[in-house]
Amino acid sequence: MRYAIQAEGLVKRYGETRALDGVDLLVPQGRLLGVLGPNGAGKTTAVRILATLLRPDGGTASVGGFDVARQAHQVRSLIGLTGQYAGVDETLTGVENLVMIGRLLELSRADARARAAELLERFELTHAGGRAAKTYSGGMRRRLDLAASLVGRPQVLFLDEPTTGLDPRSRTELWSVVRDLMADGVTVLLTTQYLEEADQLADDIVVFDHGRVIASGTSDELKATTGAQVLEVRPLRPDHLDLVVQVVADVIAEVPTVTGGKAVASVRDPAVVPAIVRRLDDLGVVASELSLRKSSLDEVFLALTGHPAEDRQADAKEEVFA
Amino acid sequence: MTTMTVPAPAPAKRVGLSAGFRQTMTLTWRSLVQIKHNPMELLDLSVQPVMFLLLFTYVFGGAIAGSTEDYLQFALPGLVVQNALFATLTTAIGLNTDITKGVFDRLRSLPIARTAPLAGRIIADTAKQLWALFLFLGIGTILGFRIQTGVAGVLGAVALLLAFALAMSWMSVLIGLKAKDPEKVQIFAFSLMMPLTFTSNAFVPTDTMPGWLQVWVDVNPVTQLADAVRGLLIGGEVAGPAISSLLWAAALAVVFAPLAIRAFRSRT
Repeated sequence: MRYAIQAEGLVKRYGETRALDGVDLLVPQGRLLGVLGPNGAGKTTAVRILATLLRPDGGTASVGGFDVARQAHQVRSLIGLTGQYAGVDETLTGVENLVMIGRLLELSRADARARAAELLERFELTHAGGRAAKTYSGGMRRRLDLAASLVGRPQVLFLDEPTTGLDPRSRTELWSVVRDLMADGVTVLLTTQYLEEADQLADDIVVFDHGRVIASGTSDELKATTGAQVLEVRPLRPDHLDLVVQVVADVIAEVPTVTGGKAVASVRDPAVVPAIVRRLDDLGVVASELSLRKSSLDEVFLALTGHPAEDRQADAKEEVFA
Repeated sequence: MTTMTVPAPAPAKRVGLSAGFRQTMTLTWRSLVQIKHNPMELLDLSVQPVMFLLLFTYVFGGAIAGSTEDYLQFALPGLVVQNALFATLTTAIGLNTDITKGVFDRLRSLPIARTAPLAGRIIADTAKQLWALFLFLGIGTILGFRIQTGVAGVLGAVALLLAFALAMSWMSVLIGLKAKDPEKVQIFAFSLMMPLTFTSNAFVPTDTMPGWLQVWVDVNPVTQLADAVRGLLIGGEVAGPAISSLLWAAALAVVFAPLAIRAFRSRT
């Protein structure tokens, strides 16, 4: 299999802190890798190295078979980059922003204009094409930024937290654009703080924490790797809840947590379910709900890192742009 | 967007010279085209020169030189120099804005000549310098300033000012790359440029200044440049101050160009 993105042992230090501490990444052509992690986990640093904006202190990386350090120019002609902050010139109009990129990429004036019109149409910005980008809403600006990164028809696209700070509608719109790109065969590396986003879009997910990859796999694999499945039991009669807790604790040798009238516990061995059912039956307790499900990505993340994934505070700050 | 799947030809290893030139011109266009739909920008460029010219001439003129006409004749070259130095900082502000807004990263992620973003900006800023010079001479003439030399003198003055401004723009590039945000650039610019331009003979004769200050005033590049521009526009000694100005320009370039290039590279 050919890999569009390959990274081995990437290290980047800023003084004492290691922003990246030996990161390996492999993205097969045409796949979408979701890089999931909280703020400061090193996601953006990794993207900046792969997009030739930053030199690593250690390790190697290649994009489309070209080394990001020694063959940066070739890498640049294959990639598109959409950063956390929309990289558009706010004093220029939407059209001018895209024409500028087209001209820089050696399109003729007419071709650059045609390409700009095509992309504005695709991103539903045609009506705003003649207006300065500073008059755009957060969602429009982000779409223009994404359009700008597509002018050169990149084979590999880096999307660094493309939906951070967007309202839910703009977010879903952007997701559908990303899916279209996938259908065109573009390889995508997407960083996100949102588990749902990774779950929705990514073929494969790597989880970053403190500059390291702490887990990787498909969404399903990750949900399975913590080993745990989630058992939930709700008694029909609320006063039976204590009995249920007692039974579950006896069977799995761990006290379940009680939330919303349910006993919730993580279990590794599915065989506990029939045992619990038998014991409850013996005691005459009727369960109105009894389920065993895979952990959600949220739960996986919490189990892996010991802290929740989404940085709500950072979100609130970013929301201003939306 | 079906064309996406068409395999691209093997990418070139580097940017050719003519492509690099076209990219620089595209980025020059980018810096200047804003003026087209925002004519206020041109006004911004013009307000300060005109205001300084009017204020200095009519507020200080009589007190300093006895008459506003005499003062204008003396001070216009100094004001031209001051404005040119301040204007070099538009490079820093523009560059810094690009960095904080992410435009700089976008440009650096494109397969274009590494120097194009810098060169494009500096060429555009040089064009803005020319506009301000033109404005100074135009309004100055309306107010009563008289060029005493000729076309060669004026062209010489313009060339000298642009050469000096270009050398200064290396410092500006360094500031633009290092500053945290555009506001910091403004503050830094003000606290550097105000004392630099005022401790010179740009606006006043220096003989009433204390001796220790005169020592500095005499070597201050602003004094040298103001003297040279005076000589080129209204007559007087040219060679001495012009050579000093060029030496200063060379020194600034020698010190700041490597620092700026290093700062630029470390971002690359």
